[in-house]
Amino acid sequence: MEKRLNEFNVGEKGIVRKIVAEGNIRRRLFDMGVTPGANIIVKKFASLGDPIEVTIRGYELTLRKSEAECVLMEVE
Amino acid sequence: MKFALAGNPNSGKTTLFNALTGATAHVGNWPGVTVDKREGSYKKLGEKIDIVDLPGIYSLSPYTPEEIVARNFIVDEKPDCVINIVDATNLERNLYLTTQLLEMDVPVVVALNMMDVVKKSGNEVNATELSKKLGVPVVELSALRNEGIHDVMKKAYEVAKENRKGHSVLETEDFYDLITKVEEKFVELGESSPLFKAIKIVEGDEALCAKYPQLVELIKSDKEKYKDNDFGGDFEGMVADARYRYITANYADTIKKIDKKTESKSDKIDKVMTHRIFAIPLFIVIMFVVFHLVFSEDLFFINGISKGNAGISGETAINVFTGMGYDDIYLEEMTGVITEKYEEDFGDEADDKLNSAISYVANKVNVELQAKGEEIRYDDIDNLALEDMEIEDLQELLVYSGGDVEEVNPVIGIPSPGVFLQSWMGFVTGKLIDLGAMISETWPAWLSGLLCDGLLSGLDAIFSFLPQILLLFLFIAILEDSGYMARVAFIMDRAFRGLGLSGKAFIPLLMGFGCSVPAMMATKTLEEEHERDMTIRLTPFFSCGAKAPIWAMLAVAVAGSFLGDIFVFSIYLLGIVVAIISALLIKAFGKVKEVPPFIMELPAYHAPQFKNLMAHLWEKLKHFVYKASTIITAAIVLIWFLSNFGWAFWQGMVGIEDSILASLGRVLQYIYYPLGFTWGSEGWKYSVATITGLIAKEDVVATMATLGITEKTIALSNAQIYAFASYNLFTLPCFAAIGAAYGDSSKKGFWITLLWWLGCSYVVSLIIFWLGYLFEHVLVVGIIVALLLVATIILLFVYTAKKRKKVLAN
Repeated sequence: MEKRLNEFNVGEKGIVRKIVAEGNIRRRLFDMGVTPGANIIVKKFASLGDPIEVTIRGYELTLRKSEAECVLMEVE
Repeated sequence: MKFALAGNPNSGKTTLFNALTGATAHVGNWPGVTVDKREGSYKKLGEKIDIVDLPGIYSLSPYTPEEIVARNFIVDEKPDCVINIVDATNLERNLYLTTQLLEMDVPVVVALNMMDVVKKSGNEVNATELSKKLGVPVVELSALRNEGIHDVMKKAYEVAKENRKGHSVLETEDFYDLITKVEEKFVELGESSPLFKAIKIVEGDEALCAKYPQLVELIKSDKEKYKDNDFGGDFEGMVADARYRYITANYADTIKKIDKKTESKSDKIDKVMTHRIFAIPLFIVIMFVVFHLVFSEDLFFINGISKGNAGISGETAINVFTGMGYDDIYLEEMTGVITEKYEEDFGDEADDKLNSAISYVANKVNVELQAKGEEIRYDDIDNLALEDMEIEDLQELLVYSGGDVEEVNPVIGIPSPGVFLQSWMGFVTGKLIDLGAMISETWPAWLSGLLCDGLLSGLDAIFSFLPQILLLFLFIAILEDSGYMARVAFIMDRAFRGLGLSGKAFIPLLMGFGCSVPAMMATKTLEEEHERDMTIRLTPFFSCGAKAPIWAMLAVAVAGSFLGDIFVFSIYLLGIVVAIISALLIKAFGKVKEVPPFIMELPAYHAPQFKNLMAHLWEKLKHFVYKASTIITAAIVLIWFLSNFGWAFWQGMVGIEDSILASLGRVLQYIYYPLGFTWGSEGWKYSVATITGLIAKEDVVATMATLGITEKTIALSNAQIYAFASYNLFTLPCFAAIGAAYGDSSKKGFWITLLWWLGCSYVVSLIIFWLGYLFEHVLVVGIIVALLLVATIILLFVYTAKKRKKVLAN
């Protein structure tokens, strides 16, 4: 099933399929290892519901929901 | 020879740099502490080797200033070797940078850092296998434990003597012939690192494409062939994807990971610290505890929250600890109890009755002493006051009057470590002043005045607060070092977005609590210009360490009706509130722009390293002493001169009232008049202090001390004190910070910033003073005005929120 990363709940896992962001955000996502094929687990949401924390490639990454919306995921 | 250190942020680069060069650069546990490159040297090999610490980067693309600094250095300055520090606990993402470094024509050594952590967790990284795959030497290292450091340098020294041709992990990709095509052109042009540059051209790297438009043209038509479903001709994406695919495919067998089902310690800590409900209250509590530990004179609230601190100032606190001063406090309490008792028992006749009781007891003591053949104790019994009597006699007096000695039980607050250390420092500097007075007794008046009233008392004012400043730095360093600060950015991002900032801006702002200068420099990690401008504008509002002496001094002055720590806490809070309102105003009336991205690493928690903390404190201490011994001393001497000589200075010393400084201050006094704190005949002293504060904020206290105003002699109402405090908080920071702001702001942004600081300080103090004045004189009106003010601020919030939504909708 395909879903965007911002729609994931805490504890949900998935594989990155495609990045639909542009410019700065896209480049930043690539540099941080958010590329097709990477495994992502959503760890938690911040107190105010945003940003989110995920585990990717063995480390913790934080990004906003608006940025996570650009990450198309295959739910595992 | 020259070696460069390159690696991801937070990979232990700065720790390695410090270990190699013996430098004490500050290491923080969050991405982006090193913004500029720094240089040092390593001397344990045959020749002296210059070490350049490049800023931490994730990639060699030209998107952030750090990346540009790092890659320009390697390409243009051609170091003899690049030591690539790789965090072994986070191999995949760290190797992404390695694959890019390997494409440059430069010898590379991979230093596999944090191997001790990997081994401890039961995992394994096979260095030999990794070295074979990468084609460059790999050395195991634990920079923190000082293990393997010399091995890295020896290996680097070896490979530095040879040339190395860049090679790429992209060789197997089908678009590689494009790269080869461009690379050949670069070779023809005789460029350095042709492979690296060719890949960047294919990727569409802005900086290089602008420089070589003919090469972009060369492959333009070829690029069309590679449009596919996933990337749609986006070569940047294809390259990044290829690198990560290669890493996952090839290095999986160099890492033996034990699949842990249990959570790591870091995860457990994080669950509490970033808990959805508790995170923000926890942050506020942590900050309060820090300030309480540094500034409170009543650490355990022994005296309750409302009762104040029972007249225990820092000076008596030290006496309590040395066992010297308890008598003074007891004496005060005892005389209070006796006077009160007489007033209660005799009303109007209290004074007469008390005097006769004093005469009776004093006489009795004298007679008893005479009977024993000793000298009498009280000579002038008719004019004897309670305060002049011995404690045992006072006790007798109380019993004689029908009171109970057991009831006299003075409560004494236990000072916080900050106040305690401050008292000791004051004790030491006090002795120095005494010593100075002794030495200079026979000197001419102007010389001994320069030494005692100028230099020594000025330095005393600054140094007695040094322990508190260092302690504050220590706590902030602990929070940084542990990795908590990065979480604070995570927690705060949502709130900051409303202000047009990202959670990342919170990091420089929080550093502002230490010193504005490094804080403003740290805004380089912010990607957007307007975010940098805005962050710099708000930084001084986060009260820096140099302003702490002002608060510490004023805290004692208001302590009669407040707890000192609550006063200081409220000043810090006021700074934050005004920063928020400033951001809202700038947003409401400036152009609303897109909020910068927030995609960042959250480093694992680790226990703060003692060595690292001490290095940090040492750096601050050095900075402080340097500042104190140069610019501040010069200012002190200048102020002393201006305050002891008139315009006709050749005619010798004059009283301060007739000095040059007084006449300058009296002019300024009128400008500050609406702000309240310059009312009265001493007002000009406060206006002078705000000006000398420009040299360094510690000077505000030093100047006032030189002018005879100390925490004990401030004669201002609480409203005036608050207005004075807020003026100093929001006005122009010291010259060093103004310089930093100039360096890192946009041109136009800088001038707006200066005006903002000046305007903000005047307006905020004006509001605070008159609000306080109303509270002190017409409470009801004060409350109404305060409510109106809060309503205006809420309206501002609503207005900006609406405007933001409108922008988003368009």
